[in-house]
Amino acid sequence: MQTVIKIKDLCKKYNKRYVLKDINLEVEKGVITGVLGQNGSGKSTLMKIISGIEKPDTGEILINGAKPGVSTKSQVAFLTENNHLYDWMGIKDAIKFYQDFYEDFDAKKCGKLMDFMELSEDFKIKKLSKGMLQRLRLSLTLGRNASVYLLDEPFMGIDTTTRDKIIKAINSYYCEDSCVLITTHLIGEVERILDKVAFISEGSIALTGDCEQLRFEKNQSIEDIFRNLYV
Amino acid sequence: MDLKFDNNTPIYIQIMNWIKEQIVSNKFLAGSRLPSVRDMSEQFNVTSNTIQRVLRELEIEGIIYTQRGIGVFITEDMDKITNLRLNMSKQLVEKFIGSMRLLGFSNDEIIDVVIRITKAGLTDADSNKDKGSM
Repeated sequence: MQTVIKIKDLCKKYNKRYVLKDINLEVEKGVITGVLGQNGSGKSTLMKIISGIEKPDTGEILINGAKPGVSTKSQVAFLTENNHLYDWMGIKDAIKFYQDFYEDFDAKKCGKLMDFMELSEDFKIKKLSKGMLQRLRLSLTLGRNASVYLLDEPFMGIDTTTRDKIIKAINSYYCEDSCVLITTHLIGEVERILDKVAFISEGSIALTGDCEQLRFEKNQSIEDIFRNLYV
Repeated sequence: MDLKFDNNTPIYIQIMNWIKEQIVSNKFLAGSRLPSVRDMSEQFNVTSNTIQRVLRELEIEGIIYTQRGIGVFITEDMDKITNLRLNMSKQLVEKFIGSMRLLGFSNDEIIDVVIRITKAGLTDADSNKDKGSM
C-alpha cells in the first residue's frame, strides 16, 4: 500500500523538555489509525506537526513526499481540538468560509454529512450545543476531499448518541484514497473502526500495530492493551 | 444485521463466524450474493479493511467466491456447507463437553443430561403449543 505520511526520527522540544522524541511512523492510504495516549503524551503536538502548524526540531516528516507547508496544507484536513468558527457565523457562512478557504471542499459531500448529522444551514453557530458544533465541525472537515484527515479528540465532551453518529460518519465518509488519524482516550468506543494503532507514551511511540493482529496475539481489546501499557 | 462485538477477539473472526451461522441456518442461501464491502462496513460499523479481510479468509476457506465485477457469492457446493455445519456443531459440542468435564461430569452423565434436558425441552414446547391452541 502507498505511504501517505512518513515520519522519521522526529523530535520536538518545548523549552528544554522533549514533547516528542524519536518518533518513527508510517501511515498508509486507506487506513484509519488511532493515536492513543494519556493527556500530555504528545498526541496533539504530533497532529499539529503533521498539519504544518508546528515545526519539528529535528527529524523528518513527509506528506505525499513533501515537507509540511503550503502545498501539504491543502491536502490535510484538520479537526482541531478547539473550535475556530466565529460566533457571529451561521452554518451557511461557515460552509462558505470553507468553500473559499479550501479548494478541495466538496459542498455536496458536506451537505450529505450535514443531513446525516441532522444539521440545518439556517442554524447560528452561537446557538449550537456542544454536540451540534462538533457535528458541524466534523461535517466541514470530512467535507473536504483531502488525502489526510487529522481528528484531534473528536469525542471531547460529547454524549453517547452523538459519539456513535460521529463514529459512523468517520467510517462511512472517509474515502479510500485517504488516511485518517484519530487521537482519543475513549478507546473502547472507537477501536472497532481503527485499522491500526500507535500508542504514545511520554513523547515516544510505545507500541504500534494492526488492531486485529494485536487482539489476536494478546487476546485482549485495544483498550485493555492500552491500559496494561500504562500500569 | 445485529451483531454485538467482543473487543477481545479479532473482529474479522467474529464477522466470519456470523456469516457462517447465517449460511448454516439457511438465512444466507447457497449461491446467493453477499452485500457489498461498503454496505457491510456501514452495517457492522467496522472499517472496509476489516470486511475485506473477512472476505479474503472466507474465500480461502472456500465458503465464498468472487466473480470479478459482479460481486461475492456464497458457495453452491452443498458438501462444503454440510461440512461447515458439522464443524460448527462440533466446535460448540466440544466447548460444552469441556465445561461439563470441569464440573466433574463423566461422558455417560453428560449424554444422560443432554437427553433428559432436550426431551424436557420438547415436552415443554409441546405443552406450550397445546396451551396456545386451547
